[in-house]
Order: sequence, then C-alpha cells, then structure tokens
Amino acid sequence: MIHKYFLNGYYIVLDVNSGAVHSVDELTYRLLDHVESPTGETCPDGALAALGGEFAAADIEEAYQELRELKNEGTLFTEDDYRAFIDRASTVAPVKALCLHIAHDCNLRCGYCFAGTGEIGGKRSLMSLEVGKKAIDYVVEKSENRRNIEIDFFGGEPLMNFEVVKGIVKYARSLEKEKGKRFRFTVTTNGVLLDDDKMDFINKEMSNVVLSIDGRKEVNDRMRRTVAGGGSYDIIMPKFKKLADSRNQTDYYVRGTFTKYNLDFSKDVLHLADLGFEQTSVEPVVTDPKDDYAISPDDLPAVFKEYERLALAMIERREQGRRFNFFHFMIDLTQGPCVIKRLRGCGSGNEYLAVTPDGDVYPCHQFVGHEEYRMGSVLDGSIDMEIKKRFASSNLYTRKGCADCWAKFYCSGGCCANSYKYAGDIDTPYALACEMEKKRIECAVMMKVDELSGEK
Amino acid sequence: MKHVKTISNANLKKSAAHGGCGECQTSCQSACKTSCTVANQKCENLNK
Repeated sequence: MIHKYFLNGYYIVLDVNSGAVHSVDELTYRLLDHVESPTGETCPDGALAALGGEFAAADIEEAYQELRELKNEGTLFTEDDYRAFIDRASTVAPVKALCLHIAHDCNLRCGYCFAGTGEIGGKRSLMSLEVGKKAIDYVVEKSENRRNIEIDFFGGEPLMNFEVVKGIVKYARSLEKEKGKRFRFTVTTNGVLLDDDKMDFINKEMSNVVLSIDGRKEVNDRMRRTVAGGGSYDIIMPKFKKLADSRNQTDYYVRGTFTKYNLDFSKDVLHLADLGFEQTSVEPVVTDPKDDYAISPDDLPAVFKEYERLALAMIERREQGRRFNFFHFMIDLTQGPCVIKRLRGCGSGNEYLAVTPDGDVYPCHQFVGHEEYRMGSVLDGSIDMEIKKRFASSNLYTRKGCADCWAKFYCSGGCCANSYKYAGDIDTPYALACEMEKKRIECAVMMKVDELSGEK
Repeated sequence: MKHVKTISNANLKKSAAHGGCGECQTSCQSACKTSCTVANQKCENLNK
C-alpha cells in the first residue's frame, strides 16, 4: 500500500508497510496513478500513453525503472506481513503506567471538560496519600520486569491536592532502588494554583508538565472559566510563562483544545508561540456531537486548511530561527517506536490504567465513571483480567478499517475511549478523528521532508 | 536517482525482529489525552 499527496510544493509518497518516505517529481507522482506495483520489466503501455502527451517517453521509462528499484530494495509497495506479530502485540502486558486522579474536583469550570465540573459525575473528592501509596504498590507489583514506570498526576485539578502529589513522589522514589524501577512523573494542571514552591517541586521531579490553556485570551476565556464565571487567561499566563522559561522551554507543553468556536486555531498556536512558548499542543475537542462547540464533518475543510496554514507558518519560523514544536506535527521518520508498539496503540486498559480518588481502576481517565469498565481497585490489588484481555487484544487488525488505512502505523488505531464514546465499541474508530489524524500526519511528514530536503 | 529522493529508508520491518520490549512511553503520558499519535514516541530500549 502506498499513499501519495501533494502539499506545499512537494510530491510525497509514503510506503505504508515499510515506513519509507519518498519525495518525487511530478512525473513520478502521476506515473503512480497508472502503475499498480512495478513488476513488469518495462513501463506498461497504458502509463506511457497516459503521460506521453506531457512527458518524454524516455523520462517516463526512467522514472518507472526507479520505481522498480525502490520496490526491489523494499521501500515501495512492500507487503503488510505484520499479522504474524499480532500475538506479540496483543499480549496482556504488565501494567507500567498509571493516571492518578489526585482530585475529583476542580477550581475551574471549563465548558468542554471530560470530567464535568471536575468530579466526573460522582462526588467531589481528593485522593488520600494512603490510596496514592497503594496505587504505587499496585503498579510496582503488576509491572513485573518493566523498569520504566510512568505516573501521571491528573484529575480534576491535581494542584488542589499537592501535598499528596509530593507524598506519592517521595514514596515512589523510596522504592526505586529496592524494586529496580525508574519512575517518570508528569503533572497536568490548569495553572491557577501554581506558585514558586510548586514550580520548584515540579522542576525537580516531573519529567513533563502539561499546562492547559487554549490560546488567545478571548478563545481561552470563552471555555476556560473560573467558578465565578470570569476568564482564566490573565491568572495563568504569567505563571505558565514563568514555568516554561524555568524549564528552559523544554519538557513541558502548553496544551489547548480547539472547538467549533475557533476553527482558526492556528492563530491560537501562533499566539502561544509569539509569547515564547516553544512546546505547544492544541488538540480537537472530544465531546458529544450535539454540543454547540463540537466539531462536525462540515467543519473538516476548514480544519484541514488550518493544519496546513499552521504547518507553513511553522516552516517559515523555522527558517527564520524562531522554531517551535507542535505536538501533533512531531514525527521521527527514523527512530520511532517498533512496529509491535505501533500495532498495539496507546496501551490503555492494558499497560496504562487510571485510578480514582477512591482507588478504583479504569482503562484510562476517559473511562472513569463508566461502571462496566471498572477494572478493580488498588486497595485490594484486584484487576479484571477479562477487561484487560479485551483491551490487549484490540490492535490495528481488530479495529475496523485500520488494516486498510495508509495512516495505520503512524496513528496506531486512535483512541479507544474516543471510539467507545462515539460508536459504543473500542474497536470502531471515530471517522471524524481519523480524518483529522490523517491530515496532521500529512502535514507532519511534509514538514520533515521540507527540513531534510534542504533547498526545494 | 533522478526522479525520486528517498527521505527516509524502510525501518519498520527491521524493528519487528527485536521489538516489543514494552519500555516505551504510553502515549497519554505526554500532551495528548485523546488524540494519540504513537509515531511520535521514542524507542526506549537500551539494548536494541
């Protein structure tokens, strides 16, 4: 399978099953419309006839021979023979990452939040240190021989219960040597309660910090409001700037959400970049399609244009020495994860679990509150192996449509929670999300092609 | 080659042989919370 597209002056060809990326000339790009897989020794007559009016026959033949060479060296029209690895990709793997809901409470009232007003439909509560420690014991026990363990402090708003965060970190660190583990901590925060002490601790212990802000002030303050109904931008912006600078503009993200209300979201990303943030992420809202701010299929053309606009703006800035990262455009064409990982996807419900303040375990933060997905408790160490197996066996070949999708090894089948919420089934990807993902990948690869190509 | 510039060589096939160690970051631990792009993760296998 190949995928070809034209963007920003580049004719790009992706060989899906090998991961190879080629930049070709117009002739070759159009030749691929007439050549299924170059097995014949010379260029098929049909192709010569179709293109002969515009290109010299000798050039067409030359391009054809280059395609043959690519196929022979295994970088074009390669087969998908990864089904042989499904068993390795579908293993019930050790739990190695937890998303701890430090608080089912929040000091903001963001309109689109998956957690409602912080409590995820339940009662407002904070995780106790005791439950937090039990969660650490749980993952240490269940991680078997895995050395790297990730703990994500989440919520609600984790800074509302920061002493417990500190206690959990201290406890986990105390186990590292004895248990042969290496903990990596992340915290996601709305920033309202950030102060110097918390920033110092975060800088000392957190390998990543996710700072929630949507972009321009009017955009941010439409959705990210305080309990009193005012905006949060003016409160959080100076804190975020300070924290990002104190981490030397690395190992953090400012992370926004775009909705139907700001389909011109490249302006929000550039707004953040203009303020000096070098690590940005702005991602489409996930919500009930009936909500006013939900992104609908009609919005796709505008969203696509916006991703392109952003990619071009980023290239321009890179050339001007004002480079910044956009999470969804980050791609490593040479050293990304192995294909086994790419078959598996995000690891939710299997390697990665969420824990509520009461100690209940779910496949990920998005499944919290969906009782049929409750997997057990850190209090008694229980885990529902049927649910774990269900998630473990969800891979690129079980997810509908993924096996035939050119983006499969970049995307890995999308988000199970997204699929579940829209289609009622973790193996039915949400089409709208797929369309946006494919566009993002096209932009990301194009940017890489541009960077590695040198001059056009 | 005159008509084709290979930007990145095939590597997925090679990764199958020794892959699957499970040490890599599980995606939601970074910025993304709903829109996974596994391809932007890094391999964390020290022994590959």
